[in-house]
Amino acid sequence: MSKVNFLKPDKANLNTFLYLGTFLFFISIFDVFLNSFLNINLTGFLPNFLSFLLPLILGFIGLYFIRIEYSGIKNLDLLNKHINTNNFNAILSLLIIFIIIKSLPPILSWFVIDASFAGDTKDVCMGSGACWTYIKVWMRRFMYGMYPNAEQWRINLSFISLVLLGSVGYFATDRFKKYLTLYYVVIYPLIAFLFIFFFISGGPVFFDFSYGIIAAILSIIIGFFIPNKFRFYYFLIVPILLYIVLKYFIFFEEYIELGKLDGLNWVETGAWGGLSLTFIISFFCLIFCFPIGMAFALGRRSSFPLIRYISVGFIEFWRGVPLITVLFMSAVMFPMFLPEDFFIDKLVRAIIAISLFEAAYVAEVIRGGLQALPRGQYEAAKSLGMGYWKMHIFVILPQALKLVIPGIANTFLALVKDTPLIFVVGLLEIVGMLNLAKTNPEWLGFAMEGYVFAAIIFWIICYAMSKYSYNLEQKYKTDR
Amino acid sequence: MNFRLKDIIPQLITVIAVVLIFGFFTYNAQINMENRGIDFGYGFLSQESSFDVQFSLIEYDGSHSYFRAYLVGLLNTILVSVIGIIIATILGVIVGVARLSPNYLINKFAAFYVEFFRNIPLLLQIFFWYFAALRALPLPQDAEAILGVFFLTIKGLYVPAFIWQNFNIFFYSIVAAVIAIIVIRIHAKKVQESQGKQIPVFLISIGLIFILPLLSFLIGGVSLSFEVPILKQLATTSFIYEGGVSLPPELIALTLSLSLYTATFIAECVRAGIQGVGKGQKEAAASIGLTPNQVLKLVIMPQALRIIIPPTTNQYLNLTKNSSLAAAIAYPDLVLVFAGTALMQTGKAIEIVSITMFTYLTLSISISILMNWYNKKIAIQEK
Repeated sequence: MSKVNFLKPDKANLNTFLYLGTFLFFISIFDVFLNSFLNINLTGFLPNFLSFLLPLILGFIGLYFIRIEYSGIKNLDLLNKHINTNNFNAILSLLIIFIIIKSLPPILSWFVIDASFAGDTKDVCMGSGACWTYIKVWMRRFMYGMYPNAEQWRINLSFISLVLLGSVGYFATDRFKKYLTLYYVVIYPLIAFLFIFFFISGGPVFFDFSYGIIAAILSIIIGFFIPNKFRFYYFLIVPILLYIVLKYFIFFEEYIELGKLDGLNWVETGAWGGLSLTFIISFFCLIFCFPIGMAFALGRRSSFPLIRYISVGFIEFWRGVPLITVLFMSAVMFPMFLPEDFFIDKLVRAIIAISLFEAAYVAEVIRGGLQALPRGQYEAAKSLGMGYWKMHIFVILPQALKLVIPGIANTFLALVKDTPLIFVVGLLEIVGMLNLAKTNPEWLGFAMEGYVFAAIIFWIICYAMSKYSYNLEQKYKTDR
Repeated sequence: MNFRLKDIIPQLITVIAVVLIFGFFTYNAQINMENRGIDFGYGFLSQESSFDVQFSLIEYDGSHSYFRAYLVGLLNTILVSVIGIIIATILGVIVGVARLSPNYLINKFAAFYVEFFRNIPLLLQIFFWYFAALRALPLPQDAEAILGVFFLTIKGLYVPAFIWQNFNIFFYSIVAAVIAIIVIRIHAKKVQESQGKQIPVFLISIGLIFILPLLSFLIGGVSLSFEVPILKQLATTSFIYEGGVSLPPELIALTLSLSLYTATFIAECVRAGIQGVGKGQKEAAASIGLTPNQVLKLVIMPQALRIIIPPTTNQYLNLTKNSSLAAAIAYPDLVLVFAGTALMQTGKAIEIVSITMFTYLTLSISISILMNWYNKKIAIQEK
């Protein structure tokens, strides 16, 4: 056995250093552990700052001793490689370990150990921990806002059926796979629209939209019998005509007023709220902002200067202002721009505002994809005799969109995270409901629980979305 | 030029549609305003505002004009943005570098921070800090001093005020130092290009920026003293700190959440930038005999910065725009003071919202023009 030099650990005295180092390292962690979990201060006899720094010093010496390169012990080498490459890294690793050990007990006790779950009055929340009872009692409000309790099944039913309809893609057989894009782009949004505006809203809106839906379905059915040549003009004119005929010549509403038809109770949009409103707004804005953004991205790359300038102006305008001022505009300025007897619901106004706002960001993202495509793709498509629209739909956009999946996902994430801003127009989704609940005199002082609850929900949604987009990106990644 | 109908018609249709939409809006706006008896105009800006603002950087009270109120809001927005940008940059660079650390714990810790803070809506974070976390702070009389001079209480953070004497001499000394550094840099570059000698510019710069202001203290008669906030009793249970500078809790909550949130995005930019520099670049630089410091300074950083700076500026812009969320916690920024209070008082919706939007628009467009210019300047000159 060679001489032990404590300033320079070497492989020759591996066992000595290993035992000593591990011992010191564990002593330091043990000290911090006792200190934080059991509140025992082993080093209380030492001066204050020394007792504070002692675990760090001990752990550092321990890690220094076991930092032996090519020791031949697999785990030791792994440990050295990952957390113990040099002095600086050793100190940082120790600090992080200590911070984790130190912060676990207060977090655990607040979340679980001292928290109260039972009961449904404020009296049970006397401990120092979180009051999850508060969340339990207010759960319905956080989920559905002021939507009447008796009618909440409508929201649940809509969401469940939309999720089921949305998952159709996973079960489609090969024969139907080619229709999926059409389904998701046209039919699914239409059904979603129908569900949310018919079903969740109910009342006169229900019937007003029902004309539109009936007109659309009727015109599609008749459309099959129209010769191919006239179909374009047919679909341009007939659905609108049908809608007008239905609305002004068949008086549905009179039947309701006379009590011959029994509609769903009307729930005005002001009563919608909570997490369900977050979903509704995100969903619609997502559906609307994508095509608008695509149109402006193409417009910005157009060869027509006027269209290009208008698109640039649109995009730069919306990207240059904060969403909150856009919502302000939709709330106070926009009604001034409409005819006096013309009223647009504030939820619809908010959805339009957010969609236009996010569309500008989507446009920029898609433009990035369009620019990234090599010129050869355009030239090849043109040389095949494709026109502008054919070229973009079949050659350019599929490739460009594939490239920008991460960017679009980020924009959609931003959209979901922006929904709480609708408090500006007086709509209360989950964060707004929290602020309302927090001011309730019976439940004062539980702001923390509410925000933590909402943060967890948003975190799960956003994290799931970003992971999903990552999967999608991997799935459509093609070598070029 | 050869004008074809096929080229003109789509443009014409678009322009007509845009003009029609705008015309429709203007027409309605005119009728609406006539009906409600509102007249359009920006004359109200010079009228007396007669509302107070809690926190302002310039002298302001109800007797000042609406324009002054606008300035107060704008300055408050800029204050929050600048502080937020500084903190977010420091934090973001640290976290971004930490994410590339070979140390597993640091790496995961940084990743956890990024994933945690960027997946929670900013508004929720602001509410959390303002309504939950900062409300748990002690009352002024129970507050413990941090380092003896800072007091963090439920009513805000109290910091000592600087009291300068002959501040302008100090300021000139800094300006002189900066000019001297620039001159030396140019000179050093010339020397290196003509003779191949290297002058330790960095050391000289650091020396200058410390020594010149120090000289101003010793010779120029500059002196600095601190005014420490002192607890004062107003009534039996009401205490307040006097002296020093007080930062309202709204400002603290806002800067904290803005910088924590934006730092996650900046961290990702930094990480992408450093990863974007190929490994071959480092190896090539090392193989021609550059020292590790030179590799970092001359090879890695210029290339990484080219990738990092454009998205980071975008994040700065986002931070500035996000600072408008201040309205939610009643921090008197541009949106709250002008688009909120002033709008309520005057009822001039179109004018005020348009001024507010125009301000933000000017801010972002000027920054993006600057950015485009910078991008062009640093872009790789391809042959």
